[in-house]
Amino acid sequence: MKLKKELVVRVGGGSLRLLAIPEALMRSKAGFAGFIVFVLLVLLAIIGPLFTPQLVTDVNAVYLPPGGAHWLGTDSEGRDILVQMINGGRPVILVGVLAGAISTFIAIVFGSLGAYLGGWVDSVIVSVTDIVLTVPQIILLAVLASLYTLDSPWLLAVILGAFAWPYLLRSVRAQVFSLKEREYVEAAQLLDLGTPHILFREILPNMASFIMMNFVVTMTNAIYALVGLYFLGLAPIVDDNWGAMLNKAWTRGAIFFSDSLFYVLAPIIAISILQLSLVTMTRSFEEIVNPRLRQS
Amino acid sequence: MEPILSVRDLVVEYKTGAGPVRAVRGVSFDLYPHESLALIGESGCGKTTLGLALLRLLPKLGSTPSGEVLYRRPDGQVVDLLKLGREELRRFRWSEAAMVFQGAMNSLNPLLRVRDQMRDTVLAHRRMPGDELRRLTEDVLRKVQLEPDRVLPAFPHELSGGMKQRVLIAMSLLLDPQVLVLDEPTTALDIRTQRAIVDVLHELREQLGFAMIFVSHDLPLAAELADRVATMYAGRIIELGGVRDLFYQPRHPYTVGLLGAVPPVFGDLPELASIPGGPPSLLSLPSGCPFRPRCGHAQADCETADPDLIAVGPGHTAACHHSDRVTFQRKAAIIGTPDEKVSSDG
Amino acid sequence: MAEPLLSLDAVSQVFHTRSGQVHAVDDVSLDLEPGQVLCLVGESGSGKTTTARIAAGLTKPTGGKVLFQGRDIHTLTGVGFTEFRRAVQYIHQDPYASLNPVRDVFGTLATPLRRHRIVRGREQAWQKAIELLSEVDLTPPENFLTKYPHQLSGGQRQRVAVARALTLQPRLIIADEATSMLDVSIRISLLNVLRKLRDDLGVAFLFITHDLALAKYFGWHGTTAVMHQGRVVEAGPTPAVINNPTHDYTKALLQAIPVPDPDLARLRRVGT
Repeated sequence: MKLKKELVVRVGGGSLRLLAIPEALMRSKAGFAGFIVFVLLVLLAIIGPLFTPQLVTDVNAVYLPPGGAHWLGTDSEGRDILVQMINGGRPVILVGVLAGAISTFIAIVFGSLGAYLGGWVDSVIVSVTDIVLTVPQIILLAVLASLYTLDSPWLLAVILGAFAWPYLLRSVRAQVFSLKEREYVEAAQLLDLGTPHILFREILPNMASFIMMNFVVTMTNAIYALVGLYFLGLAPIVDDNWGAMLNKAWTRGAIFFSDSLFYVLAPIIAISILQLSLVTMTRSFEEIVNPRLRQS
Repeated sequence: MEPILSVRDLVVEYKTGAGPVRAVRGVSFDLYPHESLALIGESGCGKTTLGLALLRLLPKLGSTPSGEVLYRRPDGQVVDLLKLGREELRRFRWSEAAMVFQGAMNSLNPLLRVRDQMRDTVLAHRRMPGDELRRLTEDVLRKVQLEPDRVLPAFPHELSGGMKQRVLIAMSLLLDPQVLVLDEPTTALDIRTQRAIVDVLHELREQLGFAMIFVSHDLPLAAELADRVATMYAGRIIELGGVRDLFYQPRHPYTVGLLGAVPPVFGDLPELASIPGGPPSLLSLPSGCPFRPRCGHAQADCETADPDLIAVGPGHTAACHHSDRVTFQRKAAIIGTPDEKVSSDG
Repeated sequence: MAEPLLSLDAVSQVFHTRSGQVHAVDDVSLDLEPGQVLCLVGESGSGKTTTARIAAGLTKPTGGKVLFQGRDIHTLTGVGFTEFRRAVQYIHQDPYASLNPVRDVFGTLATPLRRHRIVRGREQAWQKAIELLSEVDLTPPENFLTKYPHQLSGGQRQRVAVARALTLQPRLIIADEATSMLDVSIRISLLNVLRKLRDDLGVAFLFITHDLALAKYFGWHGTTAVMHQGRVVEAGPTPAVINNPTHDYTKALLQAIPVPDPDLARLRRVGT
């Protein structure tokens, strides 16, 4: 038996070789690529704005094509597009993560409780889920936008998160239904380990990659919804985020001029790359989380 | 008498994520007409793989890189089954040799009635007019003690496990094969159903005279059904001989271990022992004899050379360097039924 | 005479199906004495597994009572129920399903130990886990603590399941076909582990099996009950039931079992 001293950390009832995570990530080339791109984007979005120059409104530099001073050209106010690209990621990613976290949390907690406890608890949860599912999201958003100013990222995240959880809850519920019949769950019941423990420490860890994937998907949906909100003007423009760029491009007719192409394309490309990296990253999740795959 | 089936140095390989693995590492034996041969072993020994390989029923990832399976046709011609073309193989299967698979639960198509499955099986191999076909299916079901009127129109889920197993046996007999290969014919069946299947197989052999190879982990089953027994370990046959030889005078430590681990239901409390350790991984076999790590008789030479099958008696071979040291005490061989207990030390 | 540890009192389990009522368990009464072995033998559909689950408190019987130290377990609450739950443990048949695949052996054992405050802190849990693994002959224990279920053989997994059952210091372990999915050559070693627990720790066993020979080996000094179609048709000291059965069903069962003895097998066949 090899006596290599390995860096081992105890996580969730199992031991995790710290080196195992990067190893597992690398096993799926697509997953690894997605992960790297995502990390770079996030770093760029978080740290980038600290280094970008101030945006200068220059009426003489309206809709300049890409060139020396402005690598991606300028917008309708003469401001550099590349700088806006770098600045514009943070609000979008932030709200996306928050919304994803909120809806995933709701879906997991209530989906698993409903499936495990059954009875009236489950009936109530399912009914509420069905009601929320049938609410037309866009219309409600439009109504909300007219009643309140949706300017804080927290508010946006909560609203978006509040719509995203029904689908996820149903999947979580179905999974837990199936897992709760497993014999190791019964063994845990026999050992009197208690419902919260059984749900969150026995059942859910077996759904880890499923949950992670759903979080990522929810995040991508939230980002699209957010960009849509800005684009439609339902959320007020307070800074130069990607959605705001799209909104301005549209309302100021940027799509009609070939010179201003990048004003439209830049945010679209940025959002697409972000979403793509998120989705491909999920390919590595199964590798990281499944102990069978984690060992060599 | 010439053997009806001769296997020579058969090797079966599977492609796995970790490279090719040899599940069968050079097996040779003969099967004579009307004879019943048991392949006994535990999980991972290669017995099921061997059974499937004989009729070329291996899954896609399996292959037979070397060895021969020589079959003697009724006309005396000998062919290597591994070299048969697709068309010849199709004609060979079912009419000359047939297979009864493991797990009666899953081998029948749940969407087809029994008579349709039987008809499909026949028609896949031969042309036959409708009423002749019907008579054949009725005949063959009666042979396995099933009522044709009850069973033919039924779906598999309407039949019990024992009935399904018997349907599978009946289906294998449709074209009157010379050789039957059965994979775990009684596993997962109730005790009394197992007894019924054993009895049915006995009767059929007497009536129809086919030769039979059955694969099992159930040692007592071999005592009931087999004329000759081969025990397998780590992809090889490690002992081969008549059924009385193996049960009363086994000469390989693994066979002895198996016998010592099976509690007989009659008699007083027996002294039983497990074989320590577990079967080796086929990816990393121990050097020399694969049974060495678990063997009480292991010596230095057991680590260097993997023993071949050597004769230890007439018609009895064992793959052990020290088979002369292997003894087996059979305690309390009971004659008669549980009611008349006459015990004698064997 | 000591009060039985666990008693099944006229227990029944009736299922309502479209074709009428099915009595999976029909008026079964059994007593389990402390430190003793009771083997429950039967074919599939005999009701033995349902009976075992009723005894373990996993299923509530439709009729009759399950008494733990004289008290009906389905009327127990709080401390009383916890006492029962700890005293009566269960080992499942399928070693590949009874362990949580994302937990290693240490996690599996430490969880109940820490949750029920039998140990405090990781160090103590580690030591206790080592003790438990030694108790079930998984040695050297340190090698096994960081292994995941998929890295263990069936026999090893069953031993971990036994060790897990031991964490709460049970007085009765219900083993439901615990050896059926193991290789023949290692069944006996698992049974020997269980025997050791009976001898060393005084644990009583309710041993469910379809294999009369195993029941005889494990329960030689205890009692055996034979079940058929939901009822107990014969019960008594194991040597008597197996060697001198009185009920026709038991006799038929014994006749049907294949014997590892070719001459005897032939004699019996010719004789019938």
